[in-house]
Amino acid sequence: MDQAVFEAGNKGEKVRSDCWVALVPQSSGGLQIELTSKVEKLYGDSIRALVREMMEFFAIKNARIMIEDSGAVPFVLMARIEAAVRKAGLDNGKRYLPDYVEEVGQPVRDRFRRSRLYLPGDQPKLMLNAAIHQPDGLILDLEDSVAPSRKDDARILVRNALRALEFKGCERMVRINQLPLGLKDLEEVLPHKVDVLLLPKIERPEQIQQIEDKVDEVLSGLEEKREVFFMPIIESALGVMNAYPIAAASKRNVALAIGLEDYTADIGAQRTNEGRESFFARSVIVNAARAAGIQPIDTVFSDVQDMEGLKASVLEAKSLGFDGKGCIHPRQIQPIHEAFAPTEEEIENAKRIVLAFEEAEKKGLGVVSLGSKMIDPPVVKRAVRTIELAVKSNLLDENWRESHE
Amino acid sequence: MSNDKLVKNAIGRLVPEIINGEQHVPFKGVNKHRPTGRKAAPPIATCIDYPPDGDKRVASIKEALKKAGLKDGMTISTHHHLRNGDFVANMVFDAAAELGVKNLRWFPSASFPIHANQIKHLESGVIHHIEGSMNGPLGDYCSYGKMKGTAILRSHGGRWQAIQDGEVHIDIAVIAAPTADPFGNANAVRGKAACGLLGFAEADAMYADKVIIVTDNLEPFPVIPWQIHGNYVDYVVEVESIGDPSKIVSGTTVLTKSPDRLKIAEMAAQFILETGIMKDGFSFQAGAGGTSLAFAVFVRDLMKKHGIKARFVRGGSNKYLVEMLEEGLTDYILDGQTFDLEGVRSMRENPNHQNTNPFTSYNFHGKGNFASMVDVVVLGATEVDVNFNANVVTHSDGRLLHGIGGWQNCLFSKTVILPIPLFRDRIPVIVDSVTTVTGPGELIDVIVTERGIAINPRRKDLLDKLSGSRLPIKSIEELKAEAEKVCGGAPQKPKLGDKVVAAIKWVDGTVIDVVRQVLD
Repeated sequence: MDQAVFEAGNKGEKVRSDCWVALVPQSSGGLQIELTSKVEKLYGDSIRALVREMMEFFAIKNARIMIEDSGAVPFVLMARIEAAVRKAGLDNGKRYLPDYVEEVGQPVRDRFRRSRLYLPGDQPKLMLNAAIHQPDGLILDLEDSVAPSRKDDARILVRNALRALEFKGCERMVRINQLPLGLKDLEEVLPHKVDVLLLPKIERPEQIQQIEDKVDEVLSGLEEKREVFFMPIIESALGVMNAYPIAAASKRNVALAIGLEDYTADIGAQRTNEGRESFFARSVIVNAARAAGIQPIDTVFSDVQDMEGLKASVLEAKSLGFDGKGCIHPRQIQPIHEAFAPTEEEIENAKRIVLAFEEAEKKGLGVVSLGSKMIDPPVVKRAVRTIELAVKSNLLDENWRESHE
Repeated sequence: MSNDKLVKNAIGRLVPEIINGEQHVPFKGVNKHRPTGRKAAPPIATCIDYPPDGDKRVASIKEALKKAGLKDGMTISTHHHLRNGDFVANMVFDAAAELGVKNLRWFPSASFPIHANQIKHLESGVIHHIEGSMNGPLGDYCSYGKMKGTAILRSHGGRWQAIQDGEVHIDIAVIAAPTADPFGNANAVRGKAACGLLGFAEADAMYADKVIIVTDNLEPFPVIPWQIHGNYVDYVVEVESIGDPSKIVSGTTVLTKSPDRLKIAEMAAQFILETGIMKDGFSFQAGAGGTSLAFAVFVRDLMKKHGIKARFVRGGSNKYLVEMLEEGLTDYILDGQTFDLEGVRSMRENPNHQNTNPFTSYNFHGKGNFASMVDVVVLGATEVDVNFNANVVTHSDGRLLHGIGGWQNCLFSKTVILPIPLFRDRIPVIVDSVTTVTGPGELIDVIVTERGIAINPRRKDLLDKLSGSRLPIKSIEELKAEAEKVCGGAPQKPKLGDKVVAAIKWVDGTVIDVVRQVLD
């Protein structure tokens, strides 16, 4: 029978920048492309050409292909068509990959991770302009923001986004699903230059080990040698109790994050804005991360309308020792960066320490002192970081030494 | 219409000189056309022909049209202050159909989706064609070449120009009035359909042969303020309802939630700060729509932060402008149409919230032009091309879907900024050549998109002021390339027919471009 229909993507009045594809394999009759598109008059020919090219790539000679397009850009169309082909079992293990749209360098272990913006992995509309808002990291999310029935489609879309979406210097992050589904995610996305993997609901160091084994396997199969870093997310009472062993479980760990939505439910508390119920857990995360030499990262602030609340929440996170915060809306990025920026007093202090250190080095002194106070190496390191952050936050000129003298 | 006599105008577009059998002048360039002669005028009236007690009421719109001498081929005008909540224009043409007249020219100041009612009258021949902006279904109807005559679209100022220099003669003006008295004095600050003001209808009242006021809030003489004076009015008709208040002030006061558009608005506000346009005593105008509203809010915040006060702001007023007036951030609002109930309240209560009309603010035949005195204006557009020409009337697929409004008139501001997204879904907004030229690039100074700001090379002064700025200044070609990179290459050209379905007028009455029939 020729009647099996294999669908992928999204359609409907509210859908934008996406498309829905249905593939009906047939035994004869060639390719029948039935396209309705919001951009028919501008890109109809190019969409049909893409469909034909992909069918040739997958060696599909006879099929009906129905597409309802709401203005999807090419990498989205490609992902949806491939998803339908794979559901039909006609892919023969082949992958139709868009070209990289920009140069992608190696991931950097030590960089600012003040803000990370979550992008639902099945919603292309939110992806297209995400990078222009310049969070420190962009997360293509395969976990909580993707419905279970949409995981397969999202995985292919996220893979294509890693190649065809501009990140404009933002760290390239993917949140995978919990194991075992997460292993499938790793196979699909890891070969496409991920900087950081966000690992949800980690409770025991063994889970990190399991992921690490899979990561080693996938990375070793790649032509180009590439590293990837981990950001485990702790979201349960057990995870909090195991925070240090988790933080120290892999050399790939660069940060340890807390997710409070699930954590508060797990301990049987209501999540509040002032956050007394999570004070212990957050302090544990900060301690565990610092003990392991990685960055402690705070949870998301979930009320996108409440900018004052967000600011207070970031200042509190900063005061507890966190280095970053999650965002669920681009408008949250700037307030987060502003709140994490050093104060004028902190900058002045840091300048004095750095200058004193450089002076001591020049004179070959082993001990740095400022006035009558001795300055320890961690203090100097912290001051250097404050200066870097001040420059990044546009509060200090790169050439501040010149104007200082 | 016959298309065999198209001529190339000063901006390189092929346009007709004869439209609906009447002579028109092709666009000659900005400020190049100077009509001469005397202004048009209505026939001389004599007060002895009107009731001495001042009671001009008649029973129905149909009755009023009959008394006004409605016959085949006449021009009937309406105004659009009630926007998508207007019932009156539909009642007028339903009545005309009942009276059996044909081939009318409808001359609205704008039409809205609610006026899709008129499609049946276009089909049956009651209406020959529409001269006015068309938003929504009527635009679509016209786009597919279904209208008998050729549509003519004018700006708010251009409509007034056409009435004043006799290009359009109105036989009967029907004015929906939220409040009126039996003599015909009318305003829009009271009544259940209060829409603030009736500026668009003032020309119709002054120049039409016959004027009919339709109201659902009749008060005893004298209705004050009398924005429309009863001395211009022939008949007054009382009806159950002139409009749906919920649709008169609809949607336009909602700030955009789109992070990209907020970024655009924020950058536009920052731009006017850094270029020094925002300074004590400055003036600005922001149109309706989410991005423009957000712009006004960001401007307000910057003004507060830097201790800057405006002398006046131009409306489209809304609650944000009213707040600025009431907080002392501006001395005046000069208002052309009110977009929300706060605007209506302020206009009713605050003498510094002044109503204007297209003559006082935009008119080509005025002795001066407000629009050119405004320091900065932000406006929308559906497309902009690499020569900064902009389109507001058609979509990239050629369909006529929007009116011109005051858009063309505002281009005379000292600095014109178009804050627009670089692409909409997969539709690039910056193109090689716009589908329909609505405004010439020489009057458009700045394009602000979420991915960068392009400044017209003619405005070297603005470029100079921004040296060292963190704002992302790019060339318009760079922006175009970026849009095409995201959208997957340059779009194919939509296939359009030869038939001209609408002519686009410039503010001086010349034809700047045409809209061609959309083919499926």
